[in-house]
Amino acid sequence: MSTQRLAIVDYGMGNIHSVHKALERVSENTDVIITDDPQQILSADRVMFPGVGAIRDCIAGLKSRGLDEALLEFVKTGKPLLAICIGLQALMRHSDENGGVECLGVFPGDVHGFSQRFADAGLYHELKVPHMGWSCVEQMQAHPLWEGIPQNARFYFVHSFFAELDEDSALAGETVYGIPFVASVTKGNVFATQFHPEKSQRWGLQLLSNFSKWNV
Amino acid sequence: MGLAKRIIPCLDVDAGRVVKGVKFVDIRDAGDPVEVAKRYDEQGADEITFLDITASSDQRETMVHVVEQVASQVFIPLTVGGGIRELADVQRMLRAGADKVSINTAAVHNPEFVRQASERFGAQCIVVAIDAKKVSAEDEEPRWEIFTHGGRKPTGLDAIEWARKMVELGAGEILLTSMDRDGTKIGFDLPLTRAISDAVSVPVIASGGVGNLQHLVDGVKEGKADAVLAASIFHFGEYTIAQAKEAMAQAGIEVRDQ
Repeated sequence: MSTQRLAIVDYGMGNIHSVHKALERVSENTDVIITDDPQQILSADRVMFPGVGAIRDCIAGLKSRGLDEALLEFVKTGKPLLAICIGLQALMRHSDENGGVECLGVFPGDVHGFSQRFADAGLYHELKVPHMGWSCVEQMQAHPLWEGIPQNARFYFVHSFFAELDEDSALAGETVYGIPFVASVTKGNVFATQFHPEKSQRWGLQLLSNFSKWNV
Repeated sequence: MGLAKRIIPCLDVDAGRVVKGVKFVDIRDAGDPVEVAKRYDEQGADEITFLDITASSDQRETMVHVVEQVASQVFIPLTVGGGIRELADVQRMLRAGADKVSINTAAVHNPEFVRQASERFGAQCIVVAIDAKKVSAEDEEPRWEIFTHGGRKPTGLDAIEWARKMVELGAGEILLTSMDRDGTKIGFDLPLTRAISDAVSVPVIASGGVGNLQHLVDGVKEGKADAVLAASIFHFGEYTIAQAKEAMAQAGIEVRDQ
């Protein structure tokens, strides 16, 4: 069996070490590389788009390296892409964070803040923000990345903003924190999670293992 | 099913070795942070916190290697505290694989550091550790102040106001330790925990004083803590994390099963 190449997008933010180590742990016959080179991304067999931090820095970090174009190009190749946390949010159309930021628009939806939504719903101070810790994910459709993971398994989340989709066909997983929100979303060769599989112990590693074998 | 309350074992690390003796029957090297972290992970710990108590600065780099090694083998959130004084310290720990850093004394000396760290790396990875001590008399309205140097040095800062200020500056979580209760094993300072939890919008981790599993339950139910941190009850093999979760579940608290 030949070795595949899995590229982790390095746009100057985030804890790439954990993602790297987790992918190395679970993927067989895989050369896991960390890169900020658009050519390396495009030539990889699969790509992981990780992230923590704020959306403005994320989008700026991508653009300054030409990685926004590379990611959009990669999506068109049909090869598997997994985005995590701020990576998921960056694939939506627009985020309310940092006073409003245009995103990459791969998925038909927008990103809003929990604090504002809770204040509107009179839930303020009953629920802490960020949403930090282990919440259940309801799988909304069968998908190769859910293989071997029980319905409502807990994953680790840490975020203050959340995605909302225009319609449900792309919704892969849903979590409720005061309100229901997008825990994961998928379309064709792209799968994205709001939670951190690399920090979600057993089920997180299972999802990463599934990703390393996913044939779209 | 909502958000699970978290149980966080805390390990004191001195020059790269776990101190205060961790007791697992089948562990080869109880001083090895990787071995100990792996065992807690297997038992169902929701996160692990490392407190670097290394006194000499030339051994600081050792902690970075500890974090790298643990992060290569344990896939749950890791927090590192102790000696985080500048942005470069934060960056080094995050790059090594820590998910959060805990800032304590440096926040008291320079509150702007919290804002800078939060703006640069995101509030989600900035924990502010607050060491508080009760300063009011028994017949007065309860009042707590911030202390530094292991609870020896008063700062005159009101704990509740301080917690609010830290959150305004960008703390994503508060690690609250009662210096009156730390090491006593008589339970958390519940009025303090509740007062801080009510005062801030971010999660609060209760710490200091845990001696049995009911204390953990009380911290969540009465203290309204989002997470509970303990050291000695887990280290000395009195209880496993799994037993702690069972006790919490029986008390009607949502926890993560494995």
